[in-house]
Amino acid sequence: MAEPILEVCGLVKHYPLTRGVLFKKQVGSVKAVDGVDFTLAAGETLGIVGESGCGKSTVARLLCNLERPTAGEIRYRGEDITKLSGRALKAVRRNIQMVFQDPYTSLNPRMTVGDIIGEPYEIHPEAAPKGDRRRRVQELLDVVGLNPEYVNRYPHQFSGGQRQRIGIARGLALRPEIIVADEPVSALDVSVQAQVINLMERLQREFELSYVFIAHDLSIVRHISDRVGVMYLGRIVETGTDEQIYEYATHPYTQALLSAVPVPDPEAREHRRRIILTGDVPSPTNIPSGCRFRTRCFKARERCALEVPALEVPPVFRCTPGPAAHDSACLFASTEPV
Amino acid sequence: MLLEVRDLRVEFRTRDGIAHAVNGVTYAVDAGETLAVLGESGSGKSVTAQAVMGILDMPPGRITGGRVLFRGTELLTLKEDERRRIRGAAMAMIFQDALSALNPVLTVGDQLGEMFTVHRGMSRRDARAKAVELMDRVRIPAAAQRVRDYPHQFSGGMRQRIMIAMALALEPALVIADEPTTALDVTVQAQVMDLLAELQHEYRMGLILITHDLGVVADVADRIAVMYAGRIVESAPVHDLYKAPAHPYTRGLLDSIPRLDRKGRELYAIKGLPPSLLRIPSGCAFHPRCPMARDVCRTDVPPLYEVNEQRGSACHFWRECLDG
Repeated sequence: MAEPILEVCGLVKHYPLTRGVLFKKQVGSVKAVDGVDFTLAAGETLGIVGESGCGKSTVARLLCNLERPTAGEIRYRGEDITKLSGRALKAVRRNIQMVFQDPYTSLNPRMTVGDIIGEPYEIHPEAAPKGDRRRRVQELLDVVGLNPEYVNRYPHQFSGGQRQRIGIARGLALRPEIIVADEPVSALDVSVQAQVINLMERLQREFELSYVFIAHDLSIVRHISDRVGVMYLGRIVETGTDEQIYEYATHPYTQALLSAVPVPDPEAREHRRRIILTGDVPSPTNIPSGCRFRTRCFKARERCALEVPALEVPPVFRCTPGPAAHDSACLFASTEPV
Repeated sequence: MLLEVRDLRVEFRTRDGIAHAVNGVTYAVDAGETLAVLGESGSGKSVTAQAVMGILDMPPGRITGGRVLFRGTELLTLKEDERRRIRGAAMAMIFQDALSALNPVLTVGDQLGEMFTVHRGMSRRDARAKAVELMDRVRIPAAAQRVRDYPHQFSGGMRQRIMIAMALALEPALVIADEPTTALDVTVQAQVMDLLAELQHEYRMGLILITHDLGVVADVADRIAVMYAGRIVESAPVHDLYKAPAHPYTRGLLDSIPRLDRKGRELYAIKGLPPSLLRIPSGCAFHPRCPMARDVCRTDVPPLYEVNEQRGSACHFWRECLDG
């Protein structure tokens, strides 16, 4: 594997829950991200999947330094960026850019497309000399497949897919090394999703980008990712290459998630084995003891309430190299879901 | 036939002109059958359903033509009070967003019970008992206590169960479910779809499932109608359609799904964008995006050609498409 460009160690983000107006008192905390580790290699795409509330968007915001973590480190090229401020922080931010989910609310309706894509140059004037900016913006429009003559139009004059292209162009403006994309296609129509995915893959090759691609759609994540991490209640429960996760999942949550995805093939209807999980995801203010998935797990035993399973290659697979030997935070990991 | 929609047309007056949302839609559902209506946003799939249910906002909407026959009775010419008696009792609707479809200031017990006090003239106490029974039926834990809770006190999946309970309260013959699981997470989506399928089977309801998700369709539907720019472009039994689509739009949708054997390669993408309903292209509305388009497609609107007794395709060149 290539040298990691980004290393995340023990990342934690807790939001305090307070009561009272004048004398605020902390009564608990929302444990949105509760100990996440991963690495991102240069030129690679890491997919993060999980259901709503699992903390995947908070991870994205932390990576871009839009929020400060409660604990843990994010190392960009070996340097911890969570404690940076001022000029040093600004310099790092140039290299880690974000593409947002909702192309309707993430573009300022009162700014022209040219101003939106060119705004990063206002903040980082060293990236492009003033006289050169308009030409750069037009180039960017061309790169993402929009007509360069559209610079003076407003966001409402574009469709959802086109707006997402504008959002991507803005993300590219400073020629970053890493793009964190938080559900970049889930607001788009099916026929337009494929266009945007293709664009992102082309740009990755052209600009040698590394992606952290966050989504809940498992088939899209598989298509675009080299490695995948599965999140549940603020933690990564299983991580591996796309083949390891999709073909040889050993964590019961991953297995349930994969089995629940509707397959676009009616012939598969008769012989699919679906694991239906009971209940809902517990509240992140009150995380179950031991393994956090145990309240919904079909394999849970007493031990699961007492021990917190570590994210590592489970002991049963340690001596047998093969696709099943990848990190999985389950005490009873097995490729067989039963 | 339980429900027949024939050549339905709906338009909306907007500031920029008339939006032609539904342009001659014909479909039918039988008891116990699941018809999936598949389409992207703006294809007219929800507007058709609203017109069938009689909950279209008029104005700005206007039904300009067509018939809706429910067990042979024309619904579009019925008086509002007669229509209201059918709606809720004989045909019901499940909406996508349960949080905004349920009344936030009434307990779920009151809202479920209302079905029985209004339509069946039951007393409040009997209606409350019925509400608990229904919540049990859709497997809401501790129904007897939770009947006093408000919608915001339930999770998304539980709220959708309450919507289903409300729709099924009076055992309607027809249920229209408009993207019932789109707002839910996959593991909860699977729970809710299974429940819906089970209840449908039990009551032998006709179900119209409106969705944009080809996976959900493959899982539950018997027949499928694909909509584009306010028209049905293909209609077929679900197995036939996935095996060999007879319309280039359907083919494009199926091809753009990421699959294992296409990893690392470019996804097939339908070029261009769905049309604006204010300016629907001439001839076949899909022609500007179609890889097979020829001159005739720009001028002649294709009728829904009969592919065989069970299938139709609104493509002049459906034979070529079917052959791949």
